[in-house]
Amino acid sequence: MHVLVAVDWHVIWLRIFHPDHVFARALWATVFMSVVSQAAGVGLGLVAALMRMSRFAPLRWLSGAYVWVFRGTPLLVQIFFIYTTFNLPIVNLGVWKVPSEILTGIVALSVNEGAYMREIIRAGIDSIDRGQMEAAKSLGMRYGQAMRRIILPQAARVIVPPLGNEFNNMMKTTSLVYTVGAYELFADAEQKYSQTFISDYFIAVAFWYLVLTTAWTFIQVLIERRLARSERGDQLSYRELLLMAWNPMTTLGRGAWRR
Amino acid sequence: MSEVVMRATEVHKSFGRLEVLKGVSLEVKKGETICLIGPSGSGKTTFIRCINHLEKIDSGRIEVNGHLIGYRERSGKLVEDSERNIARHRTQIGMVFQRFNLFPHMTALENVIEAPMRVQGTSKAHATDYARALLSRVGLGDKLDTYPGKLSGGQQQRVAIARALAMGPALMLFDEPTSALDPEVTGEVLSVMEELAHAGITMIVVTHEMGFARKAADRVVMMDDGMIIEDGTPEHFFVAPEHERTKQFLSKIL
Repeated sequence: MHVLVAVDWHVIWLRIFHPDHVFARALWATVFMSVVSQAAGVGLGLVAALMRMSRFAPLRWLSGAYVWVFRGTPLLVQIFFIYTTFNLPIVNLGVWKVPSEILTGIVALSVNEGAYMREIIRAGIDSIDRGQMEAAKSLGMRYGQAMRRIILPQAARVIVPPLGNEFNNMMKTTSLVYTVGAYELFADAEQKYSQTFISDYFIAVAFWYLVLTTAWTFIQVLIERRLARSERGDQLSYRELLLMAWNPMTTLGRGAWRR
Repeated sequence: MSEVVMRATEVHKSFGRLEVLKGVSLEVKKGETICLIGPSGSGKTTFIRCINHLEKIDSGRIEVNGHLIGYRERSGKLVEDSERNIARHRTQIGMVFQRFNLFPHMTALENVIEAPMRVQGTSKAHATDYARALLSRVGLGDKLDTYPGKLSGGQQQRVAIARALAMGPALMLFDEPTSALDPEVTGEVLSVMEELAHAGITMIVVTHEMGFARKAADRVVMMDDGMIIEDGTPEHFFVAPEHERTKQFLSKIL
């Protein structure tokens, strides 16, 4: 009971239902970093995955070295390395000037994420039957065309569920960028805490992360549903898909993705 | 019936130490239907995969419509051709696979129009018109918007045949097109192929369907242990085979 009494519900209430302007900027920074880093990570992962399958050996080595280094070292170290080594500029997007700390975060998170995405994308491509590439080639398609039109659309179905998990992770991992001075969700809570010594700001910020990840769960369901439509004649109801998305076990071992 | 569509000369191919093709030579004339038969492991499938360069050959040469396939002659030596040229030559050669290999994320119609649109640059309207005609020809005029997953094996294989024909190939290759099918639906695929044979499409068919070979083939070619050991009309082939190995094979399979 003591613990509960100690919680200042008023503070939490305010942070959740009456967020201020500074908070809104922090929330935006977190969302922006997550989306941009994940998108760039997917791009890097795709390039690295294609390099991994190249006939030209040095490209394969480069791809291997990339994954080896960035999966093998702590993200926090990477963030600090990039922060202290490169003096990244402030990027003016017109509507918003991206602070240099946020850009640091985006670079570090993107490069780190790319290394994980390479493995996910490669597994997705590997899961497609070899006959698909042969059929595409026998119709006169070239490698790039066959990848784009035939292989990747099918691999996407395999890639999206783990990609969703990665993005969920990404939104929470952005909090690490607080350590180099980026003003994002966690930094906001931390600052409020250091001004007031009220720890409830952390409960409030946890709630906001939950809002983000929950919203993403719903979006992911919609994306997966769209991708599933073509291969399966019968469609799953929203309810079934939500149940599947809700339960991590069924999400990971999803039988429905494969016929 | 005189123009040579496919000419293979002394084709050799090894997988590691295993020599799969030991000097295969074959000529196919325009409009001919060739049935390639033989025990498993005799190299039939490898041979037709070499014809559209899904497998590289170690020596010899393969020409389709007068074009050397997969290689280019440079000062008397053969070097591997550019990807662009290999792809271009493949548009001349249709292939039907044992396991259909339809694109599962596309409808029957989309499967058929994909290559004409993306490779040949045909307009969607033209490609669609032709695809409709082809799908009707193989008896699937009512399945245009169906995804492969909702089609039976026999229907899928017929879509695959239409897909290959859509490129207007000079030569059609069939790699055991009915081996993965239930016996009840084998007939529907074979009758489509028979119709094509009578319509004068040049075809090389790797098959174990002796009934089809007897009815539709102009020539039956027997392979054994990486070599062609017999090549003749069905009458000659089934009635009076010359080679002892052919007799053995036929007595087992018939």
